[in-house]
Amino acid sequence: MILARVKGNVVATIKYPCYAGHIILIVQPIDEHGKDKGDSFLACDAAQAGPGDVVLVEREGNTARQLLGTPDDPFHSVIVAIVDKVIVKE
Amino acid sequence: MQLAKVIGTVVATIKDQALTGLKILLIQPLTDDMKPSGGPIAAIDTVRAGQGDLVHWITAREAALALPEPFAPVDAAITGIVDNVDSDHKVGIKDKAEIFDNTDATDEN
Repeated sequence: MILARVKGNVVATIKYPCYAGHIILIVQPIDEHGKDKGDSFLACDAAQAGPGDVVLVEREGNTARQLLGTPDDPFHSVIVAIVDKVIVKE
Repeated sequence: MQLAKVIGTVVATIKDQALTGLKILLIQPLTDDMKPSGGPIAAIDTVRAGQGDLVHWITAREAALALPEPFAPVDAAITGIVDNVDSDHKVGIKDKAEIFDNTDATDEN
């Protein structure tokens, strides 16, 4: 799982059928202090997240399929939680 | 999942049987700012995308699940044609001070 912030969403009319009804959000990976880290990517939403939220994103297909669809659907990354607090003790 | 732009096609005559009849497109992965993210990739098309289309695509084992034959040797598949990207650069992080309390402490010092 990685920390990321939600930047926005993506709309697609023509898509693989299993994506119908799923919200695709733009997520920007961040570090433990909230700074952007790396390139943004897309993830399906399973936690009702919105722009500005800090979220946990899984980039792993098995979790995504369990949460979003049947075992045969091509899902890969999914938002699984909205983060309330990050505590770093160094 | 990631955004990408279709930049070309790939034709292969001699290939694994499971790839027969599939369209292979060359895509350039993009961030939401439309900046390149890594190098171009060959991906199987499942949504009849064409040259210049903005698409979303998936990678890893799940890409093969989008094909008629899910045991194909494929690790990238185009899964949708993007109509609109709504990305707000001003939004940042809501309640950042509350979530990352340590950041604020270092900022103040």
